[in-house]
Amino acid sequence: MTGKNIKVLIAKPGLDGHDRGAKVIARGLKEAGMEVVYTGLRQTPAQIVRAALQEDVDVIGLSILSGAHQELFPVIMDELEEAGLEDILVLAGGTIPDSDHQELKEIGIKEIFKPGTPIKEIVEFIEKELAE
Amino acid sequence: MRKSWQNKMKITAEQVFAGEEKVIARAISLIENERQQVFPLLKELYSRSELAYLLGVTGPPGSGKSTLVAKIVSGWVREGNKVAVIAIDPTSEFSGGALLGDRIRMDDISTNKDVFIRSMATRGYLGGLNPAIFDTVVVLSAAGYKKIVIETVGVGQNEIDIVSLADTTLVVTVPEAGDEVQAFKAGLMEAGDIFVLNKADHPEVNKMELVLKQMLRLGNTAGEQAENRWEVPIVKTIATTEKGIAELNKTIAEHQEFLTEKGENQKAPGKIISNHLIHLLEESLKRKYLDPLKESPAFAKLLQEIAAKKTDPYSAMEELMANFKERLG
Repeated sequence: MTGKNIKVLIAKPGLDGHDRGAKVIARGLKEAGMEVVYTGLRQTPAQIVRAALQEDVDVIGLSILSGAHQELFPVIMDELEEAGLEDILVLAGGTIPDSDHQELKEIGIKEIFKPGTPIKEIVEFIEKELAE
Repeated sequence: MRKSWQNKMKITAEQVFAGEEKVIARAISLIENERQQVFPLLKELYSRSELAYLLGVTGPPGSGKSTLVAKIVSGWVREGNKVAVIAIDPTSEFSGGALLGDRIRMDDISTNKDVFIRSMATRGYLGGLNPAIFDTVVVLSAAGYKKIVIETVGVGQNEIDIVSLADTTLVVTVPEAGDEVQAFKAGLMEAGDIFVLNKADHPEVNKMELVLKQMLRLGNTAGEQAENRWEVPIVKTIATTEKGIAELNKTIAEHQEFLTEKGENQKAPGKIISNHLIHLLEESLKRKYLDPLKESPAFAKLLQEIAAKKTDPYSAMEELMANFKERLG
């Protein structure tokens, strides 16, 4: 696996306090050679977008377990566009029901990874997307 | 999709002077990934702006550096300064990846319009500072950040180099560090301009302060005359509740004044530039000569000869150096 020179922001939007999953992903992407910025719990959309802007990341991974993805994700996507960052690859993970996936993809979230997804699959997805 | 730095956005010096965050962020990515491409920009920025005041912050993992940095920066922003933070974390030698987690403790300042935070990985510059860090300072200075904090974990060689870059260096430690302090590298002990004893609500704080004082006194007996010397102070803080932060900011300001009065503000950049010039030369010698050499058949042949004891690494080096002389003219 070669994630050389790929910079990723792992962000936890909203109010849930569970970041084991986010940390495992962050660690896994680091092991794959990526530079991973982790911003901690309870981030507002504004904080996430500002971090993505200043860090100039290639990928944003949003981790959410609170069920508020339909509230928060559209706000994040709008603010990214406003900041001129619509070309960042945005991925999501956590407890997001299958029935919501289509709607999230329509607002620009490229892929939604379910709990238990092997890190390798996520790494390969990122590399493939960025190579295009 | 893109890798951000492959995006062929042309950056001009005027755009950096205008201070737009997206431009600054992209310029730093180019510095990290496409160095040759930004040298013309860096030349112009360097000659047309003054370097900012640099505060280096180092100390062991878990000593509260990031929280402390956030509080120091908050104070500076309240006084009307534009402040940038460069938070450095180590690159894994095995994977080449890095986990950059300093923003976690900087929530208070992360959306402030006058604060720019950038996380950077060391990217395995053996025995030296990644030249990209100084180049980043050049960009941020030109973009109007008058004060820049460089934060780094104090466990290796890098932080001592970063200390050599900073105007003022804070060494942060905590009461429970215990014997670790005695194991502080001698260089780090000497490099600290201000010692911060964080988590000062810990019951062992007085003991630790005593240990620190003794070590500093030992260090102070040698060297310059007392009257010209900066007496290294120990400031006790509880970063999470902001206790001691006002005093710390006052002490930092005093050190800055001390440097100005002593004229070291004029003298110090000489040392900084000398270090940076050497770093740039090392980098470019490696790129131009060492990396191609490693790939060459002649190098492989030499390795075989060494393995077969037909020659030895020392003679091989002398032979290669003679070739370098020719090539360098």
